[in-house]
Amino acid sequence: MLRTETLSINVGPQHPSTHGVFRMLLTLDGERVVDLKPYFGYLHRGIEKTAEQRTYLQNVPFTDRLDYICGMSNNLAYALAVEKLAGIGPIPERAEYLRVIMAELTRVVNHCVAVGFLLNDLGAFFTPVLYCLRQREYILDLFEMASGSRMTPSYIRPGGVAEDVPPEFIPAAKKVVAGLPAFVDELDQLLTGNEILMARLQNVGVLPPERAIAYGVTGPVLRASGVAYDIRRAEPYSIYDRFDFDVVTEPGQDAYARFLVRLGEMRQSARILEQALAQIPEGPVMAEGVRRIRPPAGEAYARIEAPKGELGFYLISDGSPNPYRFRVRPTSLINLQALRDMCVGHLVADVVVILGSIDLTMGEVDR
Amino acid sequence: MTELDIISRLQAALPGLAAEPVEGAKDPTLRVPVGDLVRVASWLRDEAGYDYLSNVTGVDRGEQFEVVYHLYSIARGGGPLVLKVSGPWDQATVPSLVSIWPAAEFQEREVYDLLGISFAGHPDLRRILLWEGFPGHPLRKTFENRTVPNAEMVATMADEEVPHAEN
Repeated sequence: MLRTETLSINVGPQHPSTHGVFRMLLTLDGERVVDLKPYFGYLHRGIEKTAEQRTYLQNVPFTDRLDYICGMSNNLAYALAVEKLAGIGPIPERAEYLRVIMAELTRVVNHCVAVGFLLNDLGAFFTPVLYCLRQREYILDLFEMASGSRMTPSYIRPGGVAEDVPPEFIPAAKKVVAGLPAFVDELDQLLTGNEILMARLQNVGVLPPERAIAYGVTGPVLRASGVAYDIRRAEPYSIYDRFDFDVVTEPGQDAYARFLVRLGEMRQSARILEQALAQIPEGPVMAEGVRRIRPPAGEAYARIEAPKGELGFYLISDGSPNPYRFRVRPTSLINLQALRDMCVGHLVADVVVILGSIDLTMGEVDR
Repeated sequence: MTELDIISRLQAALPGLAAEPVEGAKDPTLRVPVGDLVRVASWLRDEAGYDYLSNVTGVDRGEQFEVVYHLYSIARGGGPLVLKVSGPWDQATVPSLVSIWPAAEFQEREVYDLLGISFAGHPDLRRILLWEGFPGHPLRKTFENRTVPNAEMVATMADEEVPHAEN
């Protein structure tokens, strides 16, 4: 019998598939993964500590920089936590609609990036991702119109939104949203039945539902394991209870199912956006009297269905103008816990695909 | 079944439990003695359906440390139920809940890293965001948040951790 040894190799911290600075120590038996240890923290900026020395409003821009693909969603989760803590409300109707519109546009942006770069990781260099990034730019133009910034909007604030959108925003948004179903259909036609894509994604990174729940995995990864858990349904926040949409699930439990869930969620976001853009009323966009936020002593946890999964903020106030504790429940970090389980037994080349199918942003993992 | 019903069922099922609901909390909150944490957590998972541990974090409360857990149920819907354990800083060790909810693994490591609270029985308790030699635990209130010269930080790193080391 041939004597064999396992081999340890480093993937990262600088590696094109890691979407940021992330290192995996792989133990290999031939080309099979027998163990995987993730190392991170390279992007740790001490946001939680720094936030304790800033006021509640000054902390809004820090939230943009957690998951920097999804600035608007992060703003929303933080705003909900501050509102719960300080008892701010009710939020004006127009602001609630703008929040939902921004959050759903962000979901489309995130899924464009996730699907596009997954294809890049598979070796389909920059053709599929270009279609996706073009669609993303149309939406980032809308964000720029509303907030002045493409990726770090700081637009959704405790009490409402920073300011009303310009009059040309709603027609422009309707135009972008009207084009979304065709864009998703195009991706669907180009990719879903592609033989190479199916061969590389199907039965790769299988995560059974009970394992997914145990690891605390949320978002498209959980729903691709067949669990219909979406916080927009399970615990509706803002005005999500008013819209018609389906919680997209897939029974496949693999990377292919995650890809399909993301396509499906873009279609559902388009449905929500159509309804919200048709119903949005005129009116103020900021609650009365939100000037200096000084919550009473206490604590609050608020969470949303961010594009990657559950994003929560746990804030503690001691009655001063700064939070006593500012905790981010980072979606990406917690979804990463399932990585080892999904990779063991697969080939090295599949690790890249599985990592891409989880969809991480290191800015949120490391904070 | 509300969270408050569950708390009274829990107290009936585990006699001698000194767990106290926290009055006036925004979410139903239960303060549990450190020694009873594993027993309470197992009961909540197996008997009350809390299959999803969402958030684990620590707080520096001055003289005391505190570890906070946010539980939800995916199977039956419901939550949050907040568990809290606390104690003096010289006994800052809490039993690990990784064996009950694997979701606790990275978050307990983070609490250990940033606050210096230890988790007994954790399978791999190492620092997670900072390097092993990092001086202190940044989320402690006594930790001074200041700009540190690079050389001072590099001096705390092991050789293989130093970026751009000249070999």
